[in-house]
Amino acid sequence: MSDQKDLLRAPFELAYNYKRSSGPLMSKFFNALAEQKILGTKSSTGKVYAPAAEFDPETHESLSDLVEVGPGGVIESFSWIEEPKHHHLIKNPFAFALIKLDGADTSMLHMVTECDEADLKIGSRVTANWSATIENRITDIKFFTLEK
Amino acid sequence: MSEEEKKDYAESPINLEYHYTAGSATTRFLNQVKEGKIVGQSCPKCSAVYVPPRGSCPRCGVATNIEVPLTDKGCIESFTIVHIPIPGNPIVPPYVCAMIRLDGANISFLHLIQGIDVEEIRIGMRIQAVWKPKDEWTHSLENIKWFTPIDEPDVDVATLRFQES
Repeated sequence: MSDQKDLLRAPFELAYNYKRSSGPLMSKFFNALAEQKILGTKSSTGKVYAPAAEFDPETHESLSDLVEVGPGGVIESFSWIEEPKHHHLIKNPFAFALIKLDGADTSMLHMVTECDEADLKIGSRVTANWSATIENRITDIKFFTLEK
Repeated sequence: MSEEEKKDYAESPINLEYHYTAGSATTRFLNQVKEGKIVGQSCPKCSAVYVPPRGSCPRCGVATNIEVPLTDKGCIESFTIVHIPIPGNPIVPPYVCAMIRLDGANISFLHLIQGIDVEEIRIGMRIQAVWKPKDEWTHSLENIKWFTPIDEPDVDVATLRFQES
């Protein structure tokens, strides 16, 4: 057995340049982000899923009734990242949070920053901050910040 | 394609960054590859020769601790003609990926075949490694640019099957 320090090591990067087809409904969701609008879908029971869901997980019906939600919402749960790693999109301390947008019955995962950990509470109100570059991706919402 | 259809596609790249640690068997193998040598490892129990070696014999479950220098000649055990370009891959289709069975080895590994019309490639064809210039050698089988056919009679691949001794 060779000494561990003699073992060969190398950095290795596996990269896939995927293009993803969002489908007819989710395309509308992503295209709306370019207009700084967040869309949810409303089911026949009146429940609003946000981000938009293609199918109702309860009734299994296909959903197409798009409704605008947010841009404000409430933190339902969060996890504070004190020391972001290189792959995180925010370099300052931030939180991953489940945010229930105004008008929605479900929550969506995004980031909350420009605050201290102690400022965040379950139930805190936050609002979307938009990215300067539009890519029709969820990152068009740059992050959420606490409502002033 | 209309503007509306174009928007249906979103860029969604995925990057996975690893630190690869070779392990002792692969380290021994790659240190030899850097010197332009292909050294397999043999099972002390069933004497099967593995190249590239992974450190143990999957048949016997013991460490392959016997180093076996091999030639850079062998035959094509199986192959695929690739016609579809892969984004980011500099090799222009059609090209051939083949499972290379080196003489004296009991397993094969994947490499490129060049220097022949793709239509003429066949299983059992004799081939030899074409190496990069020595000053470009690293700890990688990419030191071999590709394998190319040599003027020797084809091998019956049925004879390559492992025989229990």
